[in-house]
Amino acid sequence: MSKIEFNKEAGPREVFCGLTSIVWLHRRMPDAFFLVVGSRTCAHLIQSAAGVMIFAEPRFGTAILEEKDLAGLADAHEELDRVVNDLIARRPEIKTLFLVGSCPSEVIKLDLATVAEKLNKRFSGQVRFVNYSGSGIETTFTQGEDGALKALIPLMESSNEEKLLLVGTLANNVEDRFKKIFRNLGISNIESFPPRQSTELPKIGKNTKVLLTQPYLSDTVRDLKHRGCEIISAPFPLGIEGSTKWVLAAAKSFKISELKVHEIISPLINRAKLALESHKEILKGKRLFLLPESQLEISLARFLHNECEMDLIEVGTPYLNKDLMREEINLLPDNTKIVEGQHVEKQLDRVRGSNPDLVVCGMGLANPLEAEGISTKWSIEMVFSPIHGIDQAADLAGLFSKPLRRNQILTSKTLVTH
Amino acid sequence: MELTLWTYEGPPHVGAMRIASSMKDIHYVLHAPQGDTYADLLFTMIERRGQRPPVTYTTFQARDLGGDTAELVKKNIKEAVERFKPKTLLVGESCTAELIQDQPGALAKGMGFDMPIVNLELPAYSKKENWGASETFYQLTRTLLKDKVSSSEKINPLRWKELGRRPKVNILGPSLLGFRCRDDVIEIQRILSEQGIDTNVVAPLGASSDDLQRLIDAEINICLYKEIGEATCEWLKRNFGMEYTNTIPIGIKNTIEFISEVHKKLDLPLTNKEELENKSKLPWYSKSVDSNYLTGKRVFIFGDGTHAIAAAKIAKEELGFEVVGLGTYSREMARQVRATAKELSIEALITNNYLEVEDAMKKAAPELVLGTQMERHSAKRLGIPCSVISTPMHVQDVPARYSPQMGWEGANVIFDDWVHPLMMGLEEHLIDMFKHDFEFVDGHQSHLGHTAAKTKDSINSDEKIDNNPKEGIIWTESGRAELTKVPFFVRGKVKTNTEKYAILRGIPEISDETLYDAKAYFS
Repeated sequence: MSKIEFNKEAGPREVFCGLTSIVWLHRRMPDAFFLVVGSRTCAHLIQSAAGVMIFAEPRFGTAILEEKDLAGLADAHEELDRVVNDLIARRPEIKTLFLVGSCPSEVIKLDLATVAEKLNKRFSGQVRFVNYSGSGIETTFTQGEDGALKALIPLMESSNEEKLLLVGTLANNVEDRFKKIFRNLGISNIESFPPRQSTELPKIGKNTKVLLTQPYLSDTVRDLKHRGCEIISAPFPLGIEGSTKWVLAAAKSFKISELKVHEIISPLINRAKLALESHKEILKGKRLFLLPESQLEISLARFLHNECEMDLIEVGTPYLNKDLMREEINLLPDNTKIVEGQHVEKQLDRVRGSNPDLVVCGMGLANPLEAEGISTKWSIEMVFSPIHGIDQAADLAGLFSKPLRRNQILTSKTLVTH
Repeated sequence: MELTLWTYEGPPHVGAMRIASSMKDIHYVLHAPQGDTYADLLFTMIERRGQRPPVTYTTFQARDLGGDTAELVKKNIKEAVERFKPKTLLVGESCTAELIQDQPGALAKGMGFDMPIVNLELPAYSKKENWGASETFYQLTRTLLKDKVSSSEKINPLRWKELGRRPKVNILGPSLLGFRCRDDVIEIQRILSEQGIDTNVVAPLGASSDDLQRLIDAEINICLYKEIGEATCEWLKRNFGMEYTNTIPIGIKNTIEFISEVHKKLDLPLTNKEELENKSKLPWYSKSVDSNYLTGKRVFIFGDGTHAIAAAKIAKEELGFEVVGLGTYSREMARQVRATAKELSIEALITNNYLEVEDAMKKAAPELVLGTQMERHSAKRLGIPCSVISTPMHVQDVPARYSPQMGWEGANVIFDDWVHPLMMGLEEHLIDMFKHDFEFVDGHQSHLGHTAAKTKDSINSDEKIDNNPKEGIIWTESGRAELTKVPFFVRGKVKTNTEKYAILRGIPEISDETLYDAKAYFS
């Protein structure tokens, strides 16, 4: 880790807030509803980030604060009660209701925990209420998931049963693939958190071995530790290398031999390497600049350098938990420049000055950079696409090779005919 | 507290961003937390803009709240001014910053800059996007022209004659993220130019600070979008005596009316009125024999005030549709929309709640929906063809081709966009003839594959015929069989009417005859 260059930067940022994670969380748990207590801006943000209205009646909404709610907090609590009653009457199938705090609700100190407690008593046996904050003054983008998961931990019963717990939202198909690998290794008791149904929360305890699937779950990890869970230290399952080390780490904690792991995943690795080849050809030697947003940046940088041979100019991350990222950072090449935080203008100056071939950035910045002749990849795609695991390594590389390939096609001067 | 799932309008500071981004050499320092930066993607994604909006967000965090957020504001203002060197600076706050009351506008004014500074106070908890855009445009114009207010005489709209030049007008209201503004501006300038009228300034779209200071070089103002332009037009009228137009040139009749209004205000003789009728293909296309089938098509309209009112007039008077629903989310224009609805003998729907709109749509059983991106979604669920006529919009509503809504070409675009989702005249008969053919799949018309797809909630789906008997009324086999022979797009309406009739007459079982009795009763 010593040869990594760590920097911190402060200034105007260009990132999503934690509310954005509702977009994938509500897909993961179809029996849950996410009620943001916020402003019209919050409602507008989620619908804009969700690609402008994909669902007719979504399982998320905003209780928009109005002037009269700001005048007295008692009234605001009463109003929230009314909104929740209406919502539950309209959507009786909801099993868990997340009350999600926002910037304005945090600033006026709306006590959502007390509201949730009261509602839990009233709707006992019908709907469970939990609260967390997705506010942009405290959370960035994926940290919203961290908050939501942390809020569910107190509801999880204790059990000393030995189990492997995968923590972090995964695409269902990817999760199934992982479970198959672990079952083949002889681990029979595997559960996921968040579960596919909000009511089917896994039981946890001192024989729960937690394997993180996502790098942005600092608070969740802390609380799982408090509940006695063992946290398996590993890089994250992105790319062949990360996924292999991740599976190996889990196997080790279940005292399964490395040999056995290799026996099972070697065929996967071989075919993944084959699939990766064509992407590597495009990515090799290309210069990559990652702007901060999803906290996946360090893992992506490791994959794109180690397996696709890209050169890393700068790896931005909105927030860096060195403990959680230790295994990842150890795999980075010497002299990697990591920048935590952002001054978006200064960072864009560095982008322009460093002649990158590809920039990973948010949706607000992509087209302006493209217009300057710089190829981009949206970071939000990483959280919407199934990219985890050995089998997905080529797809993950494909997300980055596609803009470069497209660029080649569009700028090619001769028409190739076959 | 209002429960919202999808919202028609963003918060008012997004309206201010629309004005800042539409113009040149303006910068907007917005006191706001990091999440509010999402608004950039509205411009870079939906409009595919190749530039970032000229906005600096202070992105204060929870830990700043204990300290000095005012210092943070000043630091950001200083950096933004040094970096972007704007000719005019807008300073304001979003919903969260409004609560912490740092007064960023006042702070900026105390920093000793010599550029004009507009302090935007946009109440986030009571106002919305279009209001914010209107207020920003008005405050900006007022700030840049206030020195000229007292010294100016009232502008005589006829002064162009004495000055020996063509009359000049300003086109006010078009902005980014407005519906087809980019092309409307070109179309209207072309029309005016043909009539011998020059455009002085288009604003805010494409205008600079200097352009706003030149507004008073024109004789009159064209108020192209009332939601955004009217407050500014009204101020220019009050302070400089500049008249402004009231007619929105969407549709043939309104475009002609608009041209007449402009001529009248300028005292410019309109010599080519007869020619104007033939400038667009819409009148002939509408008169041509294939369009007979458009007569009385039931259409449901919802959108912003400007586009909803115009759509109602075109639908009724230029295409011969029957308007069965009209509404708007623009509360500022509720009065005008209500008046238009009254002329059509229907009641206007004024709401922010898209579910209410969907319910009204269901009840009205239209054959065509003209709405926003939201209504496109609702209509799809209900299996009704839809054309988008207003914001909020999707990236596909910002087409690459020239496709205005206003003027002659606008009328052509409207004819195509509204009529194509429907079935062609002859096709309607052929489908009726062949629908019992074993190869025929109901709802699978040649060009309607994507809109007429059956869904669970479709008012036209067969499912509801069997499973939803009203108040114990039974559909007999003959009744059911007859109902399936009714064209799918009116089947829901026929079913409701027949049941209503049966209840009215106390008929417990609906046979094929009941269906015809009901049809006669309601016709």
